[in-house]
Amino acid sequence: MRWLSRFFEFVGKVGVFSLQVLVDSLRPPFEFTQLSRQLVEVGNRSLALVVVSGFALGAVMTLHTRSTLVTFGATAMIPAVQSVAFFVEIGPLVAGLLLAGRVGSGIGAVLANMRASEQIDAIESLSIDSFKFLVVPRVLACVIALPFLTLFMDFAGLLGGFLSEVLSSHIAPALYLNRAFDFLQWSNFIAPTLKTSVFGFIIGSISAYFGYTTDKGAQGVGEAATNSVVVSSLLIIVADVLLIKCIFFLFPDTAV
Amino acid sequence: MRETQSIAVEFKRVMKSFGAKRVLNDVSFHIEQGQALCILGRSGTGKSVTLKLIMALMRPDSGEVWVDADNVVGMGEQRLSLVRRKLGYLFQDAALFDSLTLYENLALPLSRLTKKPKDEIDDVVHRVLTDVGLGADGAKYPSALSGGMRKRAGLARALVLEPKILLADEPSSGLDRITAAEIDELLMRCKKERGTALIIVTHDVHGARRIADRVAVLDRGNLAAFGSVDEVSQSENDVARRLITE
Repeated sequence: MRWLSRFFEFVGKVGVFSLQVLVDSLRPPFEFTQLSRQLVEVGNRSLALVVVSGFALGAVMTLHTRSTLVTFGATAMIPAVQSVAFFVEIGPLVAGLLLAGRVGSGIGAVLANMRASEQIDAIESLSIDSFKFLVVPRVLACVIALPFLTLFMDFAGLLGGFLSEVLSSHIAPALYLNRAFDFLQWSNFIAPTLKTSVFGFIIGSISAYFGYTTDKGAQGVGEAATNSVVVSSLLIIVADVLLIKCIFFLFPDTAV
Repeated sequence: MRETQSIAVEFKRVMKSFGAKRVLNDVSFHIEQGQALCILGRSGTGKSVTLKLIMALMRPDSGEVWVDADNVVGMGEQRLSLVRRKLGYLFQDAALFDSLTLYENLALPLSRLTKKPKDEIDDVVHRVLTDVGLGADGAKYPSALSGGMRKRAGLARALVLEPKILLADEPSSGLDRITAAEIDELLMRCKKERGTALIIVTHDVHGARRIADRVAVLDRGNLAAFGSVDEVSQSENDVARRLITE
């Protein structure tokens, strides 16, 4: 039963930490300079990874889908399958998991290193609120950047799928785009993209929690990085299930 | 608030434990404005904890910690922020912000806590960096600095807001004797020119003899001796006497 009490203790601490992020993000002074630095770190520096991954995933998915659909003579459905799959699920989830790996580990390791080398104490000693200065801008950057990164992943996936399909069937670009967006509704596009803000909040809060609260010195840096990736990836997948239920509730036509 | 304006820092019956280990046991002392106190003692006897209690980065289990005219124990963050502006802290490994240049490390507290325009901030940063011999290194990142330069940069950051009280955690550790003496010179200049109260945790007895008006020796959590260098060197406590004379 000890592990259960430790689990609930952890959930409670993360809950309070996340609540503090929400409260502090609404309380002035606002750290715009730090936020813009973090947006560059989280957004710009993740862009190449997201676009290349999306492109490759799109190409591979089309190859697999084609080999199956060709059996049923339904290759005309490939663009629609590709776009719906990417905009509804693959883009948001994979972008979230990629960001958890690249940014989550970075946030955890950087903050843990700052704790171990007394940089966080130094910030406090300069009468600066270290939580607002270090944690809040990192979480907000994840919340803001992830929906945009998801869009890049979606369109890179479509491009990869399109090029793969052109090489196989020489389909015209206009026809591919028509078929790709024929089945797509706004609710397929907006709600799944916006749900990645929740993923961003999970990545930012969990990673910052592990980094900011560590007290294990240099050993804590590695642990914070690993725990950030593992826990935030797991929570993204769990949150995805719950958010899909919410989206089905709010937009019933997408569930059909 | 209290009236005794000349006392810079005072500990009253302070206790602090980590788990079962008591690192400070009923410790009381005070130093006055413009004095230098060196805290000596073997490793793990609560010297750095003493500094963190003064800066309110930790809270004692019991007792009072007075900084200037305020008891910082149990003080709210907003008032604490005002008290901390009277304090400068040189950390053991300088604790410079890795992601900022030396100039940005010093400009950060000035831009956040004062209403100085950018030109004035530039002037202050340049002057303080020049004072510590790093006038030409403002554009460098901490990773490009040697150990001695980092210590001097940490000291510059601690001094940039012109604190009334400077806390220094082993300012000469890991440095050669010449660089250590340079750091000691800088600390003494602060005391002499600005009347800054110094509280220095150190293992360097030679440095302590040069700088200190008062010496405190901590031994297994207790204040083993407190007084001038001469008084402590004649102390009845064996550890205190050996630390200051050997």
